[in-house]
Amino acid sequence: MTNANLPRRSWIQRWHVKGFGWTALMVLLLIGSSKMTDVNVGMFFSNLDQFADLIVRMSNPTWDYLSVIIQPLIETIQMAILGTTIGTIFAIPFALMAAGNLVHNKFLRGFDRLVLDLVRTLPDLLLAAIFVAIFGIGSTAGVITLAIFSFGMISKLFYEVIETIDMGPLEAMESVGASKITIIWYAVLPQIMNQFVSYFLYTLEINVRASTVLGYLGAGGIGVYLQRSLNEFNYGATAVIILATIVVVLIIDGISNHLRRVLL
Amino acid sequence: MDEHLATFLRGAYEMEQAPIISFKHVSKVYSNGTVGLKDIDFSIPKGQFLVVVGLSGSGKSTLMRTINRMHEVTEGEVYVENEAVSAYKGRSLRTLRRRIGMIFQNFNLINRSSVEKNVLSGRVSYYPTWKSVMGLFSAEDKQKVVTSLNRVNMAEKIYARADELSGGQQQRVAIARTLMQDPKIILADEPIASLDPLTTKTVMDILKRLNQEDGLTVIVNLHSVELAREYADRIVGLRAGELVYDEPISAVTEADLNKIYQAI
Repeated sequence: MTNANLPRRSWIQRWHVKGFGWTALMVLLLIGSSKMTDVNVGMFFSNLDQFADLIVRMSNPTWDYLSVIIQPLIETIQMAILGTTIGTIFAIPFALMAAGNLVHNKFLRGFDRLVLDLVRTLPDLLLAAIFVAIFGIGSTAGVITLAIFSFGMISKLFYEVIETIDMGPLEAMESVGASKITIIWYAVLPQIMNQFVSYFLYTLEINVRASTVLGYLGAGGIGVYLQRSLNEFNYGATAVIILATIVVVLIIDGISNHLRRVLL
Repeated sequence: MDEHLATFLRGAYEMEQAPIISFKHVSKVYSNGTVGLKDIDFSIPKGQFLVVVGLSGSGKSTLMRTINRMHEVTEGEVYVENEAVSAYKGRSLRTLRRRIGMIFQNFNLINRSSVEKNVLSGRVSYYPTWKSVMGLFSAEDKQKVVTSLNRVNMAEKIYARADELSGGQQQRVAIARTLMQDPKIILADEPIASLDPLTTKTVMDILKRLNQEDGLTVIVNLHSVELAREYADRIVGLRAGELVYDEPISAVTEADLNKIYQAI
């Protein structure tokens, strides 16, 4: 044998004990969870006729409704853009402060990350409910919700990008006698700008989708109309809203995917 | 030549040439206990072309970075133009660094930025932060970019992106950036380690020219003994953080240099 010099694989490696073990564990956990939470998969199949019934009712979209929802659809997109932008503006300084390669003060960095972690644990639906209670029904509550949600998400994505940059240019700028802000401007931002824009667009995509749901809680946008049509059993209108939302989300996804491809 | 006479002459020469940099019993111990430098004590006269040789990890880079305070020393003191560098802080530290140009093995240019912006970044310490960030450089300094690029024969690439250039071209741009500082000292940390033999000669010739035409004090860390002998006025050798060799080029022999590279 030509491979005589190779070491022998152990018994565990030869029979893939680890792989099988983990798979068995996962299956056991799934079965256990469904038992304990009383999830009945059979129910999904036995209620399929309800599903079909809904589809049939929605199969006659009242296209006239389209003229009513154009304005709220635009409002939804505007909410997403505003919320994402505001969140990003606040996220940038926090992301810079959270990056281990820029801030060597462990206390400052730790505090900053704690704040970011806390913000991220707040679900957007909870935020929306709170802000609707504070600001009343309307898009202000939606924009603030999306801003906070984007802030938490973007600051995390951003500081992880910052931590992967090449430190060489920073050293060069330091040796030139540049101040901290100048170093960030000249040596950090050019390295991360493309990824920043890419993550911004990614968050915008998510926010367009999220803002349709937020409207459901009264936070403005298309969601308000979605809820209304469902409550009125006006399934023809619901169908139009869903289809229009899908189209808008697809367009936004397409644009942002294209931009990200061009940028990276 | 009589050894005493040689020593005497060297002493007389060094006395006439006031040292621009002196190390006074400099030691550095890293926080993990590793000894970086051990009781380094020597002076570098103004206008000298000094080559520091030694194995990787012998402390060459650390020694170089104690001059512009990119590394702190744990004992002793480094003097630049008769001022202790440990006294500098904040703004004054940045003006110290402005007088000391630095060139790196990996060039450390900002890849996504233009050659022009890279070279201009060498000038930022002459401006307040807000002006640097807004890019408000004077017309003279923009002209100075062209002059600096001309000195390294790179003017025709002024609008190219830094990452479009070859290694040798990038290093020449890095030298142009350093020239923007109007430095009195140039520190070059293995400037040719990533270059081929032909571009190596170009870069070393440029450094030699700056030394001879502009009277800049040049300190170069090198691996290559042949290059050290070809360009240096004086060679010092480091081994495990200790200064084990220090001779003017006239007294350097091949056998001496080979000894520095022998394993301990």
